[in-house]
Amino acid sequence: MSGLENWSWDYDGWIVLAGMLCAVAASLPGNFLLLRRMSLLGDAISHAILPGLAVAFFVSESRSSLPMFLGAVIVGILTALFTEWIRNFGDVDEGASMGVVFTTLFAIGLVMIVQAADHVDLDPGCVLYGAIEMTPLDTVDVAGEPIPRVVIVLGSVTIVNLLFVVLFFKELKLSAFDPGLSTSVGFSARLMHYLLMVIVAVTAVASFETAGNILVVAMFVVPPATAFLLTERLGMMISCATVIAMLSAACGHLSAVLVPHLFGYQSTSTSGMTALCAGMFFFAASLVSPRNGVIVRIVRRQKLAQRILSEDLIALLYRMDERSRDCAVSSQKLSSVLLSRPWLGAWLMNRNVRKGQVIRTESGYRLTDAGRDLGSVLVRSHRLWEQYLVSEGGVAVDRIHGQAEKLEHFTSRDLRDRLDEVTAAPSTDPHGSRIPSEHMD
Amino acid sequence: MTGTDASPVGDGTIQAADPIVRYREADQSAGDGRGVVVNVTLPLSVSDLTVAWHRKPVIWDVDLQVQPGQLVGVVGPNGAGKSTLLKAIMDLVPKASGRVEIFGQSYRQSRHRVGYVPQRESVDWDFPISVLDVVTMGLYGKIGWCMPVLSKHREIARRALEQVGISELANRQISQLSGGQQQRTFLARALVQDADLYLMDEPFAAVDAATEKAIVEILREMRKAGKTALVIHHDLPTVPEYFDSVVLLNMRVVASGPTKEVFTRENLERTYGGRLTLLDEATEAMRRRERTL
Repeated sequence: MSGLENWSWDYDGWIVLAGMLCAVAASLPGNFLLLRRMSLLGDAISHAILPGLAVAFFVSESRSSLPMFLGAVIVGILTALFTEWIRNFGDVDEGASMGVVFTTLFAIGLVMIVQAADHVDLDPGCVLYGAIEMTPLDTVDVAGEPIPRVVIVLGSVTIVNLLFVVLFFKELKLSAFDPGLSTSVGFSARLMHYLLMVIVAVTAVASFETAGNILVVAMFVVPPATAFLLTERLGMMISCATVIAMLSAACGHLSAVLVPHLFGYQSTSTSGMTALCAGMFFFAASLVSPRNGVIVRIVRRQKLAQRILSEDLIALLYRMDERSRDCAVSSQKLSSVLLSRPWLGAWLMNRNVRKGQVIRTESGYRLTDAGRDLGSVLVRSHRLWEQYLVSEGGVAVDRIHGQAEKLEHFTSRDLRDRLDEVTAAPSTDPHGSRIPSEHMD
Repeated sequence: MTGTDASPVGDGTIQAADPIVRYREADQSAGDGRGVVVNVTLPLSVSDLTVAWHRKPVIWDVDLQVQPGQLVGVVGPNGAGKSTLLKAIMDLVPKASGRVEIFGQSYRQSRHRVGYVPQRESVDWDFPISVLDVVTMGLYGKIGWCMPVLSKHREIARRALEQVGISELANRQISQLSGGQQQRTFLARALVQDADLYLMDEPFAAVDAATEKAIVEILREMRKAGKTALVIHHDLPTVPEYFDSVVLLNMRVVASGPTKEVFTRENLERTYGGRLTLLDEATEAMRRRERTL
């Protein structure tokens, strides 16, 4: 039993579409929340709108959409205002003031809803988890076709958000990047902030009945954060976040139907699974991110280690060459000097041969002219650093080798010249070894 | 400059606070023999400006007149309110009192003539945009609400990048720039703003020698083109070389005027030494009082 035999496009298709619309609608403004470093304001607002909804119930005594929308939007803006107010006058940071505002408002909302529960059909649990699985049951006829009401609502919100991002792309970008300049040229960063808050509040209230708080909050934050790791341009980031949001919704519903069956359970919450899928995408992106991903960092570190080791080999040959002119180094001797990872040393030595810095003769390895130039540069850097550490740094002679060994790989021509100048162009290092002169090119 | 910006002195009563009159006075007292310039308003005139944060004054009673076509340095110790002064001029922070006039008008009316170079650290350099994007931002004000950025705008930005010598970096993401390159990017953005008055917050902070030289060159070209720049600066020894006049600021204006006359050891000691202790004490007492109430 796979769980898929109950899949029906007429039913599950609508759920996936609703999930996608909700995810895209939230991730669009979410990009700018992330870049303004206020992702949690999405969380705060989607919790804080609860009392707005409750008041709308009491006043209008119905579940009609318009009063609910108005109530939520007003409270959403109030959240942004209160947060700023508490931060300025309470002298606490943004996170704390957000926390105070949204927990308080959420609590008020919860109290009101529980009070009203007797005569109003609104379930606090439903607010948290949503009822996206019920999407296809509540339909409206559009041109003779039954379309789920939720899809119409979420579709409109997605279009509004898309228009908002496209029309105000420039203004959103500038006010997020440089609020000072933005305000000074006439695009008030504060106005953009509140416009964004209205959009966030509208999105939250439109989505939470269907998708629940968890999904909305996840979609405000996770797809943009994932896209941020993968892209270098704002336009690209927004498109990428949109795709990730849609993928999360599709994978989310599919795995909600599929995965529990593998373990012999009934299908689970689509909202929960969608948020979980988004989290997985983020995790994967943090591994493969081209800028700072885990894998990229490992590769970079390995490359650096290889470069250092290969340079060490050249420097070693140079030093041996220096001691007894024109002596080749056999591979046995090489592996006896290289204490760790002799196989890597042999491999890198072969690479040096291919690069034309080393030649292999019957008696062993020998530096070519190019190799000797590189070796002299490294050894010169090394010995200049030793001289510098002793004469300028006051480091004891027996402790300088290790530091110079590291520094020699990162010393440019310019830096060497300056070292030479500071240490008054010495001819020998503190150990008495000759410092090779800078060769002219 | 001449012939533009006739100040609308509609009611005919010219008071001492009028920028035209002030400019004449300043000009005569400078005694450089250029005579009286008519019909030119001051690029910047600040009077009685006070800005407070949590009731603690950050700048206090600042009066300032900036002459056209000059490079003006603003120096003072940390916390002297230098950045706040620039922000207050552009209405970015609320004023407790005082008045700012730019070419004889309010900031709101003349903001298209003002270019701003914020502190480099004030923005997030991991932001997902290219160098060219950042420079193009200088044109957003002219492009206007909801209108798209066109290729002709990018062309202007590209030329500015050439001018500051980093045209090859146009398509790099800004996180890959060095400190000097970041500053050049900001400078290029200021250039495309094509303003008459520039307000710059530490453009020389932590840049390499080559960039410092390039910035000075560009500032001098701006001056040649009749533009005015108010520049926050930290490196005191270079002040006489770079700036025509200087403002010594420590919460209040300690001294301001031509660098030759004002940039003296005595004035510097007054600016950097003992920080207006009486005023500090009074504010401290005020705060303590408030807490106990």
